[in-house]
Amino acid sequence: MGRFVIRRILQMVPVFIGTTLIVYVLVTQMGGDPIQNLYGEKPVPDNIRATLTAQYHLDEPWYLQYWYYFKGLLQGDFGESIQQGRPIAELLAEAWPETLKVAGVAFTFELVVGVIAGVLAGMRRGSFIDNLVLVSTLTVIAVPIFVLGNVSQTFLGQEWGLFPVSSTDDGFISYVLPGLVLGSVSLAYIARLARASVAENLRADYVRTAKAKGLPKNRVIGIHVLRNSLIPVVTYLGADLGTLMGGAIVTEGIFNIPGVGYQLFQSLNVEDGPAVVGFVSLLVLVYLITALIVDLLYAVLDPRIRYE
Amino acid sequence: MSDTTQIAEANAKIMDGPNVPGPETARSEKTRSLAQDAFRDLVRRPMFLVSAVLILGILTIAAFPSLFTSVDPLACDLKHSMEGPSGSAWFGYNFQGCDVYSQTIYGTRNSVIVGVLTTAFSLVIGGLIGVLGGFFGKWTDALLSFVTNVFFGLPLLLAAIVILNNFRDEKGMRNAGVMAVVLTLTVVGWMSMARVMRGAVMQVKQADYVAAARSLGASTSRMMFRHVLPNSVTPLIVVATISLGAVIGAEATLSFLGIGIRPPAISWGVMISEAQQRISSGLHPLLFPSGMLTITVLAFIMLGDAVRDAFDPKLR
Repeated sequence: MGRFVIRRILQMVPVFIGTTLIVYVLVTQMGGDPIQNLYGEKPVPDNIRATLTAQYHLDEPWYLQYWYYFKGLLQGDFGESIQQGRPIAELLAEAWPETLKVAGVAFTFELVVGVIAGVLAGMRRGSFIDNLVLVSTLTVIAVPIFVLGNVSQTFLGQEWGLFPVSSTDDGFISYVLPGLVLGSVSLAYIARLARASVAENLRADYVRTAKAKGLPKNRVIGIHVLRNSLIPVVTYLGADLGTLMGGAIVTEGIFNIPGVGYQLFQSLNVEDGPAVVGFVSLLVLVYLITALIVDLLYAVLDPRIRYE
Repeated sequence: MSDTTQIAEANAKIMDGPNVPGPETARSEKTRSLAQDAFRDLVRRPMFLVSAVLILGILTIAAFPSLFTSVDPLACDLKHSMEGPSGSAWFGYNFQGCDVYSQTIYGTRNSVIVGVLTTAFSLVIGGLIGVLGGFFGKWTDALLSFVTNVFFGLPLLLAAIVILNNFRDEKGMRNAGVMAVVLTLTVVGWMSMARVMRGAVMQVKQADYVAAARSLGASTSRMMFRHVLPNSVTPLIVVATISLGAVIGAEATLSFLGIGIRPPAISWGVMISEAQQRISSGLHPLLFPSGMLTITVLAFIMLGDAVRDAFDPKLR
């Protein structure tokens, strides 16, 4: 177990380097001019251009730039945003809590409602509940998230006044509607996954044996079926956590929440390379760590899976 | 969107793997192969029929938009601005006074082209990488899996934005053509196909008929293309059908963010993006393209679902 974790962490290092390198090169080397973006249409004074170019190593080759960046990263230094002139660590510290709140609402919502709906549907295949879950999840999957966000903002927020329309001024309640919108698509997938795997496991030999032993139904479902059905759901949830954080660009934009996705999109618009890579590095890290946790959870859920 | 591909992958995992008999057995008249069984099963499913009819309709609209409307989608008249649906304009007019019905019809082509081409490219790239990794194993697999993992680490929407950000017109404005969007979505979307294919190939490689072919002296390429590939391609097709819908949604999202296809080119994403800025003065320019988008995505997902169920012997 310990050795497995260490090996996995070592494997994460090249993936982390590779991913951040791709993003760094894409953002910084594609011909944009971040210094010009500071000044809009106005010409940039020569001395300022020279100072900034030297400060951010903009005249050096990309591999050296990346090397400076990575060296700073190893020392816990995320660098400085070109556009705002502030340390990126500070920007991250402001944006993360916002995103975590939205993602937290989404995650809880999709986990609780998704698993319950999926299990109920899977236990009674072909029933009314099953068909209801199938049709409603298909519809949610098919509606693009920005349509869902806009329509729910217009109706639930503006017209009926059930939720705050946008921004984060109203405390926790202002994160609820964005969270629900963000989590809705994943919820649909989780419900479908849980349904399919419950339906499959209900016919497994060990369930028949458990029933034949005379175990009460709650125990058969709760211990034998549910635990074995959760593996695909956990796999999905793990991959989804990263998506919830990075993919919140649309939701955070619609509801005007200054989280990671929103900040990223702003930084991309002005070609603020260091800021973009800083946000992405952290997202990649979250993704890699959740992947590791998911692998470890497999062993908890299914005793047949062991890591040497 | 990346979640969609992930799930498609997970769905394919739930599937019992590819146990379609080889093309050899499919030729004999007396016993039907699983593929034939599945097809007979499919034609009887209402879900398959409904989605097939919808998709045929959408493809026809995409290929021959002028059959469905005689109104020029770019002939806009401000005096009609935001007029609701009526007999002359079924879906009403948008803020610029353009006919929403005509725009929706003409917008179909770009959305469908992006969906079909991106899926086809991802299928080829992902399938190839999956086959090579799964079939050869060892360091080939280690290398290809590493590349796949690196790309998987990139958040899909974000990577697409970073790449598309670099397509500019002469004035330096963001302006990605249809092909740029296709290539970008392919670059960020082939990974789940590669993983599904790799898994399926690794399973099929163990089969007796592959060992038999090898012991009969079949060449590597013959084993790969004649025996392994036809028997492991089913989960890939299923994932591709489901993700086709997701890709169309992704294209719309990019246009919505102002990065993908830009006006005056028409796509559903462009229309929705324009309409949502004026959402308070009228919902109809938003609802009709959204509805078409939803129906299209729905049709492809339903088709994928139906195909998967038909090929899964456990659900019979």
